[in-house]
Amino acid sequence: MTMWTATLLAAVICLALKVVGYLVPAGWLEHERSVRIADLLTVALLGALVAVQTVGSGMAVVLDARVPAVVVAGVLLRLRAPFLVVVVVAAAVAALLRLVGWTA
Amino acid sequence: MSVATSAYGVSFGALAVAAGLGVWQTCVLSLLMFTGGSQFAFIGVIASGGLAAAPSAIASAALLGVRNVAYAVRMNAVVGLSWWHRIAAAQFTIDESAAVALAHTEPRARRIGFWVTGLGIYLGWNLATLAGALLGDVLGDVRAYGLDAAAAAAFLALLWPRLRSRQAAAVGVAAAVVAGALTPWLMPGMHVLIAAVVAILVGRFVGVGAREERTS
Repeated sequence: MTMWTATLLAAVICLALKVVGYLVPAGWLEHERSVRIADLLTVALLGALVAVQTVGSGMAVVLDARVPAVVVAGVLLRLRAPFLVVVVVAAAVAALLRLVGWTA
Repeated sequence: MSVATSAYGVSFGALAVAAGLGVWQTCVLSLLMFTGGSQFAFIGVIASGGLAAAPSAIASAALLGVRNVAYAVRMNAVVGLSWWHRIAAAQFTIDESAAVALAHTEPRARRIGFWVTGLGIYLGWNLATLAGALLGDVLGDVRAYGLDAAAAAAFLALLWPRLRSRQAAAVGVAAAVVAGALTPWLMPGMHVLIAAVVAILVGRFVGVGAREERTS
């Protein structure tokens, strides 16, 4: 599979999911349980992605500058900082720690 | 909302290029996929596993896109009466447009809220993506700028507003722990999907427990 195939396939699937929601007869998917499972699925995937992006490096677990950066991001989110501030400060923390050589 | 969208878009563009996508591939994701969580998931899995992880990346993006089906079902009665209104509305059905529409009560305000938010964010998101992709292209070594940490922080920021209920928090933490623990044993990307299944099982169990607590 090339990067273009993967990109287009993923994009078309996501677009098709949106169209499906408009085509199914009203009431089919409005069950409380379907909506709740869709919400939990989103939370679960994002939670897993936070972990993998923070400590994963291919198939190895690596503790480096990303860990303190994500802790700082969590504190900022708790303080209701906007998205841009959270992401930029997290990047700056990791970049600074690497610059001074405290972490990999 | 427009400042927040631009910030998301620029981060997405830069991180996508850092993950190994070309500038045009990055732009196609924003033009065609146009659902932030799925886009971040796709490039996140590609970043950790390369092209070999593409099937997992596609599956992650699709699973995160499932919530748009729920939004679309609710928006069906909002966006307009004719069938072409609904087909056109599909692409603009995202977290923000659904949230704005549902925040209004009057049908006309709901319809306007949906379309203005959806179209506005589509425009801003795509321009910001292009700017971010071009920026990422000139940055070079992304680790020196902490862009890998920025990706992790971006996922945490996407997750944060969804953690209000105790059940959601339990599922999020369980998924993170399982994904971290399985990292050395599975192909990059696969653990994300397994974590999702495990976490949903845990979520249902915790949900039942919470209900019993209330009734006792």
